[in-house]
Formats: sequence, C-alpha cells, structure tokens
Amino acid sequence: MIPVIEVKDVVTHYGSRKILNHVNVDIQPGEIMVVMGGSGSGKSTLLRHLIGLERVSAGSIRLLDQDIGHMSHHELTRFYRKLGVAFQGGALFSSMTVGENIMLPLREHTNLDEKTMAIMVRMKLEVVNLAGFEHLMPSELSGGMLKRAAFARAVIMDPALLFCDEPSAGLDPVVSSSLDELILQLRDALNMTIVVVTHELDSAFRIADRITVLDKGEVLTIGSVDQVRASTHTRIQDLLNRRFEETILDPDEYLARLTGESI
Amino acid sequence: MEHSVHVQPNGHIVSFSGEIDLENSPAARTRLLEVVEYATTVFVDLTAVTYMDSSGIASLVEAYQRAKKTNVAFVLISTSPAVLRVLQMARLDKVFTIHETLEHAQHAKH
Ligand SMILES: Nc1ncnc2c1ncn2[C@@H]1O[C@H](COP(=O)(O)OP(=O)(O)OP(=O)(O)O)[C@@H](O)[C@H]1O
Ligand SMILES: [Mg+2]
Repeated sequence: MIPVIEVKDVVTHYGSRKILNHVNVDIQPGEIMVVMGGSGSGKSTLLRHLIGLERVSAGSIRLLDQDIGHMSHHELTRFYRKLGVAFQGGALFSSMTVGENIMLPLREHTNLDEKTMAIMVRMKLEVVNLAGFEHLMPSELSGGMLKRAAFARAVIMDPALLFCDEPSAGLDPVVSSSLDELILQLRDALNMTIVVVTHELDSAFRIADRITVLDKGEVLTIGSVDQVRASTHTRIQDLLNRRFEETILDPDEYLARLTGESI
Repeated sequence: MEHSVHVQPNGHIVSFSGEIDLENSPAARTRLLEVVEYATTVFVDLTAVTYMDSSGIASLVEAYQRAKKTNVAFVLISTSPAVLRVLQMARLDKVFTIHETLEHAQHAKH
C-alpha cells in the first residue's frame, strides 16, 4: 500500500538552529498516528511541514502520492480541500459567527447549496457538543468551546487527511474523551487518515494505531501503543512517566550560562 | 455516483451507487427533493453506496424533513457500513427509518 503521508529524511532549520533532524515517517491510509514528545521537540513544526505551510531544508514530504514541496501555490490551494487542520490554539475569525467560521471552507471550496451547508455545520456542531452555538461570536465562547469549534471547522469538509495539534489540551476529561471518540468515528466512518499531536497519554493510547515519539527534532521511535509502552529507551520512559529530562550539570558551564560569560 | 428512479405501485425507489461526496451530492439532493415533491412513499436505496460524506447525509436530512412536512413516507435502505457509520456519527441512525432490504422496507408499515 502506498502511504498517504510519506516523510523522507526531512531536515529543517530556523536560522542556524536545526529543528528537525532526518525525520522519516510513513502513515498508511486510515491510520491514526499520534505524535508525542516534550515541549519544543518539533511536533508543531513537523505538522506545519506536513501541510505545506513551511518548506523543508532537505528531504521531501509526499501527501496522497504528491510531493508538496514541488506544488505551486495554486496547486496547494486546490489540495487544501482534502486537508483538515486544527491548529494549536486554532483561532476563529472574530468578526464572524461560530457558524460562519465553520462554514468558511465549504464556501471557499464547494458549490453546495446554502441549506446543505447549514445542515452540515449544525451536524458538526452537534458532534462536538456545541449544538445551538452557531449564532454566537467567538468572543462569547470559552476556551474549550473555541477549541471544539475550531475542530468542527477542521472536519467540515470530511477531509481525507486530518491534522490536529493538541485538540484536547485544556478540555475537561469528559469533553476530551468525547473528542477522542469522534476522532475514532471519523476514521471508521470515512476512512480518514489522522495525525494528532498530543501530550495527553490517555488520549494517545486510546486513539493511536501508532505513535511517533520526537525528541529534539529526532524520531526516537515509531510503534504501536504496546511497543512504545514497552520501550526501554530512557527518554521515552521519561515522557511516559512525565519525568523532566535530567540534565547533567557541569558547574563551570552552568555558571557561565547564568552570567552570560564564556568560560 | 450513479443514480436512478424506479416507479413501483407501492412507492418510488431512488437508488444510488458508488461515492456520494462534495462533488456530486448536489445532484443527489436535487433528485431527492424532486421525487419527494410528487411521491407518496420514497425508498432511498443506498445498498450500493461505497462512500457517503456529510454533504450526502445533509441532502438526506433536508429531503427527509421536506417529506415529513408533506406526509411523504421516506425510508432508507442500506446495510452498507460506509453509510451506517456516517449516520451513526451524526447521531441520525435513530432518526431515519432504515431497512436492510427493499423487500423488508416494502412490507413494513410507514
Ligand atoms: N517560527 C519559528 N521561528 C524560530 N524557531 C521556531 C519557530 N517555531 C518553532 N521554533 C523552534 O522550533 C523548536 C520546535 O518547536 P515546536 O513548536 O515544533 O515544538 P513542539 O514540539 O510543538 O512544542 P510544544 O509541545 O510546546 O507545542 C523550538 O525550539 C522552537 O523554538
Ligand atoms: Mg506545539
């Protein structure tokens, strides 16, 4: 089977800092891939590359068997109708109602009837438990409600590929697990391929077919939930046991760091 | 997507097959709304549908609501997981009348 997402030897720099270091990941059709890793490990950066928002310094990324690095702006725009994206802190447009925000991709990319679009918006609001909120402005929603509205917008087109950056961070446990359930349903009903960045271990273990663990821009491991849990790698165990990385302290270097002077 | 309409003594049968998606659901919608206008009983046969997205479901919802208003019986026929799962996800599996086969549907009272 041709992977729907193929990340090959990707290297990325921001300025002179290397952020992703020879990352390789293949994701199969209908697979739910969870990306985990400490803060700053490069998860969001990887996601931004996957959707063509940023170009790689080296390596390549293929989505649905097309190299997104070689797509023109126009091709990318056409391609975007197949992608759903829920960003970390995914913002809605403050000048539009919640319903208009969620409908936006349909307006931009389809010729559906108004009535069809309105029903689709309400169906999605139902499944994220925001029924009846379509006429409110984003400023009238809570943080967790905004997140769910952003998720509804990401899936309004029933995209072939869905990318979510911490969709359930900050949600209460009940809402968070109903979002997990929805992610599973989207995959089962529509055979969606889904990439989810998350810090929530419970959620990751519940939804993941496989987990990619990133550390300082490198892939530590890719494997099933059981494989990752059984890993003896210390950094992975630190992550699973929520231990902070132990840094080996060189007193001289530490002093120099604090004073901003080199030794 | 292919679709066809058959008129039978006990109702109109609208059959769809293949994939109902953003591209072709407007055609499905037009046909459904049209049939609901003049039929007294509509059987929507989705047995051969291999994929249906939310725009297809939305079209069914609109046609069903229209049918209810004018006392037209509106019945879905499907065993296809592709259809049933999407209906389930939208919590519509309990809203529509769904039968496994056309024979079942025709023998049931609506
Ligand atoms: N626009 C940017 N310009 C420069 N550096 C950036 C930029 N975005 C991210 N970085 C750097 O890239 C590294 C990875 O950041 P990234 O946002 O991918 O982390 P993350 O794994 O998503 O972390 P978190 O869990 O905190 O969201 C960090 O060191 C960060 O400083
Ligand atoms: Mg991030």
